[in-house]
Parts: sequence; structure tokens; C-alpha cells
Amino acid sequence: MPSFTYPEKNELERFVAARYRTGWVWQVIFLSALIIAIFSLSALLLNIVDGAFGYVAYEFKKDPLTISEKPLDQLNQQELIALLQANLSRGAYNKLNNEKPMESRSQGELYNLVIERIIQVKTLQTYPLFRSLFEKAAIEAEVSERYPGARLEFRSWLSPTFLTTPQSSKAEFAGVRTAVLGSLWLVGIAIAFALPVGVGAAVYLQEYANKKSFISRVIQTNINNLAGVPSIVYGMLGLAIFVRAWEPFTSGAMFGITDTNGRTILSAGLTMGILVLPLVIINAQEAIKAVPDSLRQAAYGVGATRWQTVWHHVLPNALPGILTGSILAMSRAIGETAPLIVVGASTFITIDPQSPFTKFTALPIQIYQWTSRAQSEFQAIAAAAILVLLGLLLTLNATAILLRNRFQRRW
Amino acid sequence: MQPANNTQYAIETRNLSIFYGEFEAVTNVNLQIEKQKITAIIGPSGCGKSTLLRAFNRMNDFVPTSHVRGEILLQGTNLYGKEIDPVEVRRRIGMVFQKPNPFPKSIYENIAWGARINGYKGNMDELVEQSLRAAALWDEVKDKLKQSAYALSGGQQQRLCIARTIAIQPEIILMDEPASALDPIATLKIEELMQELKRNYTIIIVTHNMQQAARVSDYTAMMMLHGDTRSGTVIEYDRTDVIFTRPKDKRTEDYVTGRFG
Amino acid sequence: MTTKISSLAAPNWAAQLRKKARWGESAIEASLFAVGILTILITLAITIVLGDQALLFFAEPEVNLQEFFLTTSWQPQIGDFGIWALVSATLTTSAIAILVALPLGLSAAIYLSEYAKPRARAVLKPILETLAGIPTVVYGYFALLFVSPIVRNLVGVEKVGVYNMLSAGLVMGIMILPLIASISEDALSAVPNSLREGAYAMGATKFEVSSQVLVPAALSGIGASVIVGISRAVGETMIVAIASGAGPKFSFNPLDAAETMTGHIARISGGDLPYGTVDYTSLFAIALMLFLVTLILNLISQWIVTKFREQYE
Repeated sequence: MPSFTYPEKNELERFVAARYRTGWVWQVIFLSALIIAIFSLSALLLNIVDGAFGYVAYEFKKDPLTISEKPLDQLNQQELIALLQANLSRGAYNKLNNEKPMESRSQGELYNLVIERIIQVKTLQTYPLFRSLFEKAAIEAEVSERYPGARLEFRSWLSPTFLTTPQSSKAEFAGVRTAVLGSLWLVGIAIAFALPVGVGAAVYLQEYANKKSFISRVIQTNINNLAGVPSIVYGMLGLAIFVRAWEPFTSGAMFGITDTNGRTILSAGLTMGILVLPLVIINAQEAIKAVPDSLRQAAYGVGATRWQTVWHHVLPNALPGILTGSILAMSRAIGETAPLIVVGASTFITIDPQSPFTKFTALPIQIYQWTSRAQSEFQAIAAAAILVLLGLLLTLNATAILLRNRFQRRW
Repeated sequence: MQPANNTQYAIETRNLSIFYGEFEAVTNVNLQIEKQKITAIIGPSGCGKSTLLRAFNRMNDFVPTSHVRGEILLQGTNLYGKEIDPVEVRRRIGMVFQKPNPFPKSIYENIAWGARINGYKGNMDELVEQSLRAAALWDEVKDKLKQSAYALSGGQQQRLCIARTIAIQPEIILMDEPASALDPIATLKIEELMQELKRNYTIIIVTHNMQQAARVSDYTAMMMLHGDTRSGTVIEYDRTDVIFTRPKDKRTEDYVTGRFG
Repeated sequence: MTTKISSLAAPNWAAQLRKKARWGESAIEASLFAVGILTILITLAITIVLGDQALLFFAEPEVNLQEFFLTTSWQPQIGDFGIWALVSATLTTSAIAILVALPLGLSAAIYLSEYAKPRARAVLKPILETLAGIPTVVYGYFALLFVSPIVRNLVGVEKVGVYNMLSAGLVMGIMILPLIASISEDALSAVPNSLREGAYAMGATKFEVSSQVLVPAALSGIGASVIVGISRAVGETMIVAIASGAGPKFSFNPLDAAETMTGHIARISGGDLPYGTVDYTSLFAIALMLFLVTLILNLISQWIVTKFREQYE
């Protein structure tokens, strides 16, 4: 029988201690990766919050006090219209009136018009939140030195008005209304396409196809590959097929709509639908797989056909999983930007989308556009728009969790 | 953990109870395991045989809620003392598992790895060869040491696992149903190997197979579930021939004669 | 009820049990099959659309394959179409991203799978999932307005511009980290517990078990995660479009501003590009390259994962 010498007594103690030390050092290293991830996530979120609020130095072309005795935001609709009439040239006023009759505009819209056209606020400098909080004195000194006569005000770029006003060429008056509506349309069309098709494909693969057959293996591999195709490539597909080849359909020309080209909500929505399709299929497959076989056997056992089994037993039980998967797919669709750029999202749209055959913009497109602008006030509204986007994503995910919990209780 | 006083036993338990959270899986075990003998632990499924075996080298530590009451003494030192390092315990008390579990490395590396991490500085080739010889595997694998251990048959893999345990020079080898996944011929080889190994090592084996216990072991501990608490305990511990021919406990007699479980 | 039973008891069993045509069932099965086939049609459509336009591009008199694959200047205005000007930036940003994401992702995976207690996991995993769920345009904002200023302060404002490949690559690494971590963690958890026990029973410490037994055993899964990560980095658009710079430049210097393949497509197609021009078709040629590269990477990683699964089954 062999006998080998290993460290003993003191040497052993030192040896084991050294091994533990190495292990401890590496444990700290492993953990630090997660700490870096946490740090990055918080830096990202704080950076956005930092940008979306803070002091703004601005000046008026015309002091509000010179045109109205009451503070502007306390004026009612009629008083605001009178103000506009008195201070704008006849031509400018009529033009505005033709775009949308003054009487049909809300108090908020009129107020914005007064600020935009008469007071003419000009942003000189914006300051991020944390500097605004902790270095107020320094900011005040800087502003009074560099921009004499400028006013300094704490501003939340994310506000109810920001949500309800459309795009504007001036950051101070821009909002995300059209972009949010555009995003909702897109996601709606995408899921209306991807959900039935995706669930159908998943049912075929899980319940009908012979899993060992060549065709179902090809389909399965293909779906996994589609999930890894870069999103911008889907954009190219959408551009060539939906925007160009199917233009009569996607522009609405087939239905008598003549004023658009193929770069419509419908084209973009279908592109997004194709993009999230693999995600929907894979999630639906997982959900269907999780339905116990005993249930299928029970259904067959009382003489059900295959489709009856699927429709009455498998799908209802897989529903929570399918819904959760669809909501994940919607989250993906709502944040995707690159394919929208390629299929031709318009960047400057102020009218709410009315049908699938209108030009569109979307929330991530606005974020991209505003982020790319050099002026700090646009970066501020980009941050505010990101907060809106993250809010939407949070709502979607919370809904997914709620739905899942609720359905799980029922079955 | 140094050999303090040379007691006559390889390892002994004193009032040992093992818990998973609130649940008491094994109750009040007192065993004195003889040196250089094979001790079998038998009993019906779920009576805590593996739990008891895994307590000896503190493998139960990996179950987050597990803890013990009482003592396991290795030459007078309580293995569950506060200052005791489980890593060192496992080097002294090796283990062979139910299913062969060689590492996804070469045959050579399977043996060298344990030696290396435990600080062996001598000639590695020599250690590999001698360990394989001791496990009666050398002749079968000497030409393919660089090949993956997964290329070996189940029985060979199990002997490789025994060889890698021998390589780290433990005092005691624990075997958890080492032949249950093997065919009768491979089982026979393992049993022959055990007889060879007991000249140098103390072996504790858990087995389902009563014939195997009767064939290979010198001592046998019979475990059984307590009726009320569903907790396992050793109801009889004696020389194997005594357990199998004239057990004192009626339940042991029922079990070894096949009237139970 | 009673009628049913009496009809079952009818003497003509052969007629009762004979196969009946269920047209509804067949129609449903056929349409489900068609939907399954649709997914293949999508891949075909991508290939045909990209291939078709790319062929038009290569048929242009000022373009030739040799120039496309071998030269390093991409200036459509003067007829230069050397894809290396774009590939260099794609490679540089992707390499930085992997250099960040692989060590961090693998470390995170090892910690989550071997070290973290269930309660710590319950906190840490959602953080990674949140990182994975953030839209890339938001990462672009972060790269341009947070990371780039830091990089410029560290390296020197005169040496690095606002747009640089380093910031884009670093942030892309953070974006890919959760992907690598989750695939690697799956691979580590798939290593059978018996190997862990075997290694611990030899008197190994947790680090020795993790680094010398489990990581080698899970190596193919970890490899697959890296390949998926590379594929994601190569195809990522918004971070590089925002932070890496506009304008193709043949450079492997991370401090330079340069445009990647995806960034170029995004910028050029952002305007109202007239169909059928060289500018337009050239984008499809680039997209075809992207598609093929990511397709090959994805196929490789899937193949690895399948092999790996077989190994333990």
C-alpha cells in the first residue's frame, strides 16, 4: 500500500491558511463583479435623474409683468386669447388660428403659446440635479456673472405638461405625447401580429410536430437563430418589404389614403412584430411544456381530439406563461430603437397618430434625437423622456407579475 | 487536528443527533468504529444511513439548515468542534459516492488534482501509479492516463474514485453504496478491493444490499426509523456474524431475514 | 345520456369505430403548420432581401468585391467602399465590450451559482435582470453623458473627444454582462452535484472546487455565452450610434471616434434615403455581412450548448 507525504502540523496549518486566503481574495473578486453591476445600474439611473431635474438659467424677451397684471398661469382661456391677439401680429395670430381654432385650445396649450410666442423664454444654461441641490450658491454666482439679468429657476423637466404636449422645436415646450402614443400603437400592432402567430407556432412545435422530424428541428433551430439576429437587420427587412414592397398596403393607398408613403406606424409595427416573434414563440413553448402530460392524457382519455385537448386544457393552463412572455416581448418592442430608425420614424411630428397609416415617431426615437443634440436643455428632456420610457417598462413588468400571480391562483 | 491520544477506535460518535432545520433525521447514535475493519451500516430506505455517513466527513454542511448535537470523535478530537476546519476533516476522511463521479479531466489529473490541492510535493507520476495500483486499476489504464476519465466503464470509474481517495492518504474511507450503480462483476471487484484496502484503512460502508454487508463487513450497524418521530437511529451494532445469525433485537432479525422492508 | 349509451351498445362496431374525416381538425393543424413555416420564411426573406440589394450594390460600376473586402476607406461620395473602415470600429468596440463583460459576467455567475445564499441571490439576480431589460438607447445616453466625460477626465480632454469607441465599448460591456452571467450560471448549475461533492470530499476549498472543477466542467457553456455576447456586441446599434462617433474611420484605437457597421446603417438610413441609390444598397451589403456573422456565431453557440447538454444526459 502506498504512502505519500503531505504537509503536517505547522506546515499544514500554514498551507491550509494560505489556501483559504486565496479563496477569500477570489470570493471578494467574484462579488465585486456584482458590485460593479449594481454600481453601474445605480450610476445609470442616478445619471438620468440627475439630468431630468435641476436649475435652469433663462431670460425673457418680454417680461410677463409688462403684458399682464395677473400671473400668466392664473389667466383663463379668454384672457389668454386676448393676450395673444394683443401681442401677436395679425398674420401670426390668424395662422395659429387656422392650425387649430383658439377657442378649441385648452388653457394649458394657450399658456404655452403665450410663453413661446410672446414671452419667448430662452434657456441659457441648465444644471443637473445634484449640483443644483448641493452647490446652489456657486450656481447663483455663476449665473449672475455670466448671464446678467437672467432668471434662475428650479425645473422638473418631467412634468404633466411634458407628458401631454406634443413635440416642439424648443426644448422648453417639447413633450412626449405623440411619441408615447406612437410607441403604444407600435407595440399594439406588434403584439397583435406576434401573439397569435407566435402561440400558433409554439402549439405546432410542442403539440403537433414530431420533435425528432427534420422539419421541426429546422424550425426550432431557425427560431433560436432569429432570436439572435441584430435588431437593425429586422429594420432592413422592414424597410425593403413593408415600407417599399408593400407600400400600397402599408401606406393605406389601397384603402384610399393618399398623403403618406410606406414609412407608417403599420410598417414599423409589423417590423417590431417580426422582431419579437421568436421571443413570443420561445416563451410560449416554455409555458406549454410546463403543462403536465397527465392533463393531456386525461383529455384524450375521455375522447377529445387533439385540438380540443389543446384548446380546452393546454392553452388555458399555459396562459399565464404565455401572457408573461408576451409582456416581456412588449417591453422589448417598446425600447427598440434601431429598426425604427431604419424603417424611417419621423422625428418631428406634432399630431397624434390617428390610424396605422400615419407617419409616426416613438419614445426611443425621441430619446435618440434629443440625446444627440448638443444643447444641454435637449439632453435634459432626453433624460425626462427616458424616465417616461422606464416608467412604461416598469408598468409593463409589474402587470406581468400581477397577471401571473392572479392566474396562478385561479388554476 | 492532530492525533491526540491513540484510542483503540478509528472514530466514534457520542450521543450524535443530526438535524435538518427542526427535523431530527438521526437520533442519538453511539458507535465505536474499529480500526482497519469494514463497518457496514444497513437498514431500510430513508432511515438516515447516508445522513449518518455524511456526518463523518461533514458533507452535510452543504445542506444550509443542517446541524448536529453530540460529538464525532476522530482519535479524541470532536470533528464538530468550533475550531475544526471541514476541509481538513475531508482530507482525513475520504469518501466514495453512490454513482461514480470522476472529474471531467484525464485519468491522471483525476488523481493528481486532489494531491496537488492538498499540498503534495513528491513525485506526481509515482503517486498516480501507486494509487492506481492500490485501486487495482493500473493494468487497465496505464496506457491511457491522458484520456478522459469518462471513457472508462462504470466499475473502472468507481475504482478511479477510490484511487483518487487513496492518493490523499485518508485515515478512513466512507463508501455510500459504492456498488449500487454497478453490474455484479464490477461489484465483485470493488468488494475484493475493499478487503485489500482494509489492511491500511478503516472503511465505513452504507449498503442496501444485505448479502453485500454479510460478505464484506466485519461489523454491522443496523439502523431503523423510530416509530413516532420518524427519526432514524442505530438499534443494534455488533460483529457482522452476530447481527446476521443471532441478533438481539427482534426488528434486526426481521430485517436480515427478509421479513421486513 | 341514455340515447348515447344505447348507440354505443349498437351492434355495428366497425362502423362506429371507423376513422372519420375531421375537416376542422385538419384545417387547424394545417394552419398551425403554416405558422411554423412562416418563421422559416422570415429567415428566407431576410436572406433574399439583403442578398438581392447587396447584389445590386456589388453590380454598381464603382464597386468591386476586392475593394469591398480589402480596403480601409469608406467614403461613398468619392466611390470608396472599403468595409474595413466600419469593421475596425465594430471589432474594437466589441473587443472592449467582451473584455469587460467576460470577466465580470463569469465572476458574477460563479458568485451567484456557488457562493451566494438563497436570500442574496433573490436580491442580486433581479439587479442583473434589470440591467438586461434597459433599452439600449438609454445605455447610449449613459455612455455619452456619463461614461464619456469620465473617460475624458481620466485620459485627458485634449486626447479624447466626446465621441470615442472606448466609452461605447465599456457601456456595451455592461449591457452584455447580464447575458454572459446568466448563460454561464446556467452552465455552472448544470454541472451535476455529484462532481461538487466529489471535489469537496477530496478536501478542496470552495474556490478550488469552483475554479478547478466546475469552471472547466462548464467551459463549453461559458464559451457559448461568450460567443452569444460577441454576437450581441457586433449587432448592437444604439450605444455605438450615440457614443462611438459619426463618420467611418479605419482605426483600432479605442480613444478615436469611429463608426461601426450598425452605427453607419443607423446614421445613413436615418435621413430620407432615396431607394435604389448606391448609398441605399450599400447599407444592405453591410447588413448582409452583419447577418451572416451573427448567424454563424449563433449557430456555433447553439451547437456548443447542445453538445454540452448531451455530455451530462
